[in-house]
Amino acid sequence: MWTFTDRRELAAIFAGGAAGSMLRVGVVEVLGGGSPAWPWATFLVNVAGAFALGYFATRLQERLPLSTYRRPLLGTGLCGALTTFSTVQVELLKMFDAGRYGLAATYGIGSVLAGFAGVYVSTTLVRRPRVGT
Amino acid sequence: MNPLLWLGIAALGGVGALGRFLLDVTVASRAGRDFPLGTLAVNVSGAFVLGILLGASLEGDAFLLAGTATIGSYTTFSTWMLETHRLGEDSEWGLALANVLVSVAVGLAAAALGRALGGLL
Repeated sequence: MWTFTDRRELAAIFAGGAAGSMLRVGVVEVLGGGSPAWPWATFLVNVAGAFALGYFATRLQERLPLSTYRRPLLGTGLCGALTTFSTVQVELLKMFDAGRYGLAATYGIGSVLAGFAGVYVSTTLVRRPRVGT
Repeated sequence: MNPLLWLGIAALGGVGALGRFLLDVTVASRAGRDFPLGTLAVNVSGAFVLGILLGASLEGDAFLLAGTATIGSYTTFSTWMLETHRLGEDSEWGLALANVLVSVAVGLAAAALGRALGGLL
């Protein structure tokens, strides 16, 4: 079924995903779970991961010679696994349960705006004209 | 946490990332890449499964491994934001906005449904 993928690409995704998973769990261990208060750990990994993915995706696609394994390792694997969507949804549900609708709205909208801004800023940084290079 | 638990977090995180990649390319090979349906399918299905784990009252190391490590790595926020940004760059602001709103609305519904079903287990 997936004959178009090669094993080394899959290995790169696995390795990046393993690293991203450990990094995210590490941040949660240090900062704590949070919900139904503001989940700083999730917010931090998501915004940082979005910034990093904007950087990697733009740089690998537009600046560096094509590499087969950097994007799967750093993008799909590391940034993909470092960040999480499902945890955000569950955190929002818990905020609804606690009747904290204002917090849920602020957290949901704030995550999207900050994550989008992270991609925008890193993409712009990679594309900026370089003087003297 | 003991080293064995970290090993599990790493291995299951790798499995989650692989599962995301495989579902994404499968969906994209059928539906194309005009709209990021692959990531949407990943994120909604992951929110549903995490809801089930929550509803089934999985706790401690079991939740850490199955939920935080596996499903947490399976779903992705960064790709969702990157694809939304790229839709905007292509002046597809309607699709970009739809990608945000549909993901959140359907993701929340899937998590709530999963939690209700998990509570029956």
